[in-house]
Amino acid sequence: MEEVPHDCPGADSAQAGRGASCQGCPNQRLCASGAGATPDPAIEEIKEKMKTVKHKILVLSGKGGVGKSTFSAHLAHGLAEDENTQVALLDIDICGPSIPKIMGLEGEQYVDENLGVMSIGFLLSSPDDAVIWRGPKKNGMIKQFLRDVDWGEVDYLIVDTPPGTSDEHLSVVQYLTAARIDGAVLVTTPQEVSLQDVRKEINFCRKVKLPIIGVVENMSGFICPNCKKESQIFPPTTGGAAAMCHDLKLPLLGRVPLDPHIGKSCDKGQSFLVEAPDSPATVAYRSIIQRIQEFCNLHQSKEENLISS
Amino acid sequence: MEASVEPGNLAGVRHIILVLSGKGGVGKSTISTELALALRHAGKKVGILDVDLCGPSIPRMLRAQGQAVHQCDGGWVPVFVDREQSISLMSVGFLLERPDEAVVWRGPKKNALIKQFVSDVAWGQLDYLVVDTPPGTSDEHMAAVEALRPYRPLGAVVVTTPQAVSVADVRRELTFCRKTGLRVMGVVENMSGFTCPHCAECASVFSRGGGRELAGLAGVPFLGSVPLDPALTQSLEEGRDFIQEFPGSPAFPALTAIAQKILDATPAQAS
Repeated sequence: MEEVPHDCPGADSAQAGRGASCQGCPNQRLCASGAGATPDPAIEEIKEKMKTVKHKILVLSGKGGVGKSTFSAHLAHGLAEDENTQVALLDIDICGPSIPKIMGLEGEQYVDENLGVMSIGFLLSSPDDAVIWRGPKKNGMIKQFLRDVDWGEVDYLIVDTPPGTSDEHLSVVQYLTAARIDGAVLVTTPQEVSLQDVRKEINFCRKVKLPIIGVVENMSGFICPNCKKESQIFPPTTGGAAAMCHDLKLPLLGRVPLDPHIGKSCDKGQSFLVEAPDSPATVAYRSIIQRIQEFCNLHQSKEENLISS
Repeated sequence: MEASVEPGNLAGVRHIILVLSGKGGVGKSTISTELALALRHAGKKVGILDVDLCGPSIPRMLRAQGQAVHQCDGGWVPVFVDREQSISLMSVGFLLERPDEAVVWRGPKKNALIKQFVSDVAWGQLDYLVVDTPPGTSDEHMAAVEALRPYRPLGAVVVTTPQAVSVADVRRELTFCRKTGLRVMGVVENMSGFTCPHCAECASVFSRGGGRELAGLAGVPFLGSVPLDPALTQSLEEGRDFIQEFPGSPAFPALTAIAQKILDATPAQAS
């Protein structure tokens, strides 16, 4: 991967190749010639690669720690329970790759025959290794994941993202635009501190014309394992995801309660859906997964109708 | 050879603390806010610099959302969150036209704003500047550490939750601190258990013990465990002073103990 200067203005900026920080960069001549203004050839290459991938779903939030990786992992597990469905889970959280641990993988890429995983976590030799990369290098890694991994015939590609609205998010949308993304699932927790970040993420989706499948409200109430009474650890002071979805006219796919077993399953790398099949959280997950499948199938038949008409 | 740096706007700032994690949603902004409030209650003048450009949470936590930022000769005037002017705050949240506006910037643009936040905010005289960061080990963190290096920060408070998934990311953050020469003042374990208000049974909602173990393994001080506390979450939602208003609440002892450890670890003379 090429080294880029610290203050790289970006290959597609008007300053590309011309800025003070461009001096000495190996790509300077290329950028100054205007080559950066042309679309990245990788976009077409990725479109070709993605022809064998039926459905692509991004899992986003604006907020950290709401349960994106937990949700992505269990969406993958849930879909893969049907052994005829091929599922791939791609973790593009370069700095904080949680998926290998949640899926119980230490370098192997297949959880089951029909469930494969890719993450930078697999490329790190020690659990203490920090990926201290700036944006351009992270983008390069994401491009490699999409273009150079042999995904094969996949029914669902789920992409788990880091929190925020930055390089990783721009890059994954940019690289997958030609390949058509089915949509994004947005994960939040009930409190306003989370919702205010998720609204920004929704605006991001609208800016880049990414369809939104719907919103999942995670950590929605806690049932005490002892007395079975409910408490709100993360109170929905402004009406929670339901109010936000109502305001922004988006589907609320479901609400998942806090269950201490979820955290434990993730730590052990087990599927919570299998470990605690009767938990209200499992019931919620299964309903949400079904709604996502319905969305994707509806999309697919709409497209097929368009093509055949 | 280090170029000498004009102290400029940080000349009056005695001690700088960064609040980091590798993991999102563990409570960095919460700890930054409560640490600032606790230090204020100990009679200190505190500034908070929120360098989370994509998810700036601090303005709401101090009921300062929607405030305007003014310019002076020295640069930006930070927003005072109280009448006594004992806590001042700078955040990208104040620079957005609308609160739902997304800051969709790539690294270089983020770096440029963070450098400006470090050099162009007229903090005046402060005992502590608390720097709240987004999760990760990327552009924002490198920009903040590089820009603050000449002012020799006191160190970093690293926040985790108890479970392994969180600790795994925070181990990487500790490596980041080591590689960038940032001293780790200690680890805080947040969301450390929940006491049911109905039956008083304590549940390990996000597993248990990871933070203390991590501190031990990494050879850094363990600053304390903060339990899940709905009154704390509610205070942050409403921008209330938890330290002032809820001294009997479960999270209060842990938060004030952490602030005391920071005070104890602060050298007597100004840096």
